[in-house]
Amino acid sequence: MKIKKKIPLIDQVSKLGFWGGKFGGNYVPETLKKPIEDLEILFNKLKNDKRFIAERDKYFKNWVGSPTRFIKLENLTNHVGGAQIWSKVVSDANGGAHKIYNATVHCLLAKRSGKKFIIGDTGAGYAGKMLSMAAKKFGLKCKIFMGAKDISRQQPNVKAMKKNGAEVIPVYSGSQTLVDAVSECMRFWVANCDTTAMCVGSTVGPAVFVRICGWSTSQISRELKVQFIDEFGSVPKKLKLYNCVGGGSSSFGFWNEFMDYDKKQCEFIGVEAGGPAKSKKHAAPLTYGSKIGILHGAAQYVNQDSDGQIEETESISAGLDYPGISPLHCFLKDTKRARYTAASDEEALSAYKTVIKFEQLRPSLEPSHAFSVAIKEAKKLSKDTIVVVNSCGDAYKDREILEKRLGKKYVKSN
Amino acid sequence: MLNPISLAFKKAKQENRAALLTYTVAGDSSKKQSLDILKSISKNADILEVGVPHNTPVADGSQIQTSAYRAIKNGIKMDDIFKIVKNFKKSNKNKPIILMGYFNMIFQYGENNFLKKCNSSGVNGLIVVDLPWPENRVFAKKCKKKSIYFIQLLSPTTTKVRLKKIIKDSHPMNYFISMLNTTGGKLKVTPKDILKNYFKIKKIDPKKEIVIGFGITEKTIGKLKSADGLVVGSAICKEISKSLKHRQNPVTNVSKLVKKLKSKIL
Repeated sequence: MKIKKKIPLIDQVSKLGFWGGKFGGNYVPETLKKPIEDLEILFNKLKNDKRFIAERDKYFKNWVGSPTRFIKLENLTNHVGGAQIWSKVVSDANGGAHKIYNATVHCLLAKRSGKKFIIGDTGAGYAGKMLSMAAKKFGLKCKIFMGAKDISRQQPNVKAMKKNGAEVIPVYSGSQTLVDAVSECMRFWVANCDTTAMCVGSTVGPAVFVRICGWSTSQISRELKVQFIDEFGSVPKKLKLYNCVGGGSSSFGFWNEFMDYDKKQCEFIGVEAGGPAKSKKHAAPLTYGSKIGILHGAAQYVNQDSDGQIEETESISAGLDYPGISPLHCFLKDTKRARYTAASDEEALSAYKTVIKFEQLRPSLEPSHAFSVAIKEAKKLSKDTIVVVNSCGDAYKDREILEKRLGKKYVKSN
Repeated sequence: MLNPISLAFKKAKQENRAALLTYTVAGDSSKKQSLDILKSISKNADILEVGVPHNTPVADGSQIQTSAYRAIKNGIKMDDIFKIVKNFKKSNKNKPIILMGYFNMIFQYGENNFLKKCNSSGVNGLIVVDLPWPENRVFAKKCKKKSIYFIQLLSPTTTKVRLKKIIKDSHPMNYFISMLNTTGGKLKVTPKDILKNYFKIKKIDPKKEIVIGFGITEKTIGKLKSADGLVVGSAICKEISKSLKHRQNPVTNVSKLVKKLKSKIL
């Protein structure tokens, strides 16, 4: 298994949609074969269409707000005392997280295909919030599927979706989290694929959804590359890119432009959700050696029992609380291009406390996982090493959890 | 020897009627009860589809989900399902059994192991909801070698070109999904339109048996009886849920329902 150079990773798929011959694919009901094929044809055409790219860039610039900031965390760097710690503040994007890129592109595709309705899944509520924003912007009717457990723990985003005119459909089956929301969303698509476009909220699902999402979030690393050149004159010689990994959309987008660099120069570190320190449950299939299985249309490493039933996950972070992982990351792991590790709930909370103590930055619980590992490792690294953490979400949505776990003084209202 | 599935269609044709296929979830609501249900309904059903419950079913509606979650909660495992089939076959050697489920269960068991176990327990056919053509070509060939029918699904969204290719590759039985929906949804199209679609597909290779499923109930089954076979699933799962809720015996109630279904297609 090998990564090819000079070909975008999203295009390194076989005819049947597999990366490395075994990750991804299209394990879908027959009814979805045609709509997926239609979407593939449309996407393959438009991703090379200059006018479509110009349209995308126009909305990314004027509506999403690009580029998002690339800043040095001076105080944190001094406190840690090792490598220079920087952050790509993707939470600057309209709506407060990277999910806006994928949502925007899916709405543009839906418009091109003449669909009037769009549906999507959501865990932390960001994918849903952004899809509701984009749907409103582009005049599409929108339904968001969300696990009942997530609805109760991510209220600020639920309110935002409703305000944008989307219908939020609670999912009560199974663990009532993201995994069930994706299943329910796919079921709805099975029944309504003739009139409705589906947006999968991360780099998961049937191959074309993995590719569209990866293509969209890659905006993050495109911007970062330019910012490196502005700041350092070139891509740093010793570079480490830390990102949390749930489904894997922000991390893939954060790394994509640097894929062809030698990993000795530019290392990718993915941080999964290890769950509560005392619990055996987690959402870290790559770190804890889960077996390959099929979930939501794609072969991937996934938490499951010996029979193949998908196992329940546990994490303080709704956005990382998913038993599977993008086929792209399975491929990056097996080719050893990226390194994966996990942070526990407690470690993420502690990292959040450290970051807000020293910086004007409030990463949500998802990137707090990445900060946890970055801070630990930066201590041992040389001063000329550039550590960059993707702060891909804002803690506003986590107010209630943070207040409960850490107390009022750690929550600022805005 | 002819696969018992083909024999069942032949028998139904001799009686000048559609074959009745039932779908129940293995282990719903317990291992023993699901076996009792199979035994009891086999008097009126021609082919028994046994659902392999899975906890992320992307094509099943709420009734079958409820049955599947109930079975999983009660601890059903893949090996128990094979045992149920084996026990059933002890007293009903010639009644065809089709396992229906999602590919991950087969993938984890190992394709070859799974098929070996199908043979030894008496499974005659397989429906794998999320392993469409052409992804299923290799596995379908393996099934053929073991004399197990791999049943292809055909949907209203399947294009003409694709229909022809799938049917050309298919084994003697195929399954037509009546409409765009998950299992158990309300019929969104009239039985007349479903049959119109159905006979168009049937014409591609009239020798192959095609059954219709999804959304078929006591009310609609009679209007579709000109098909080779008709599958009722969600309505049966619903009956089990209803019986449990009213503290009635699901075995008796489901048997009554299947008898009624049969009477509508005679």
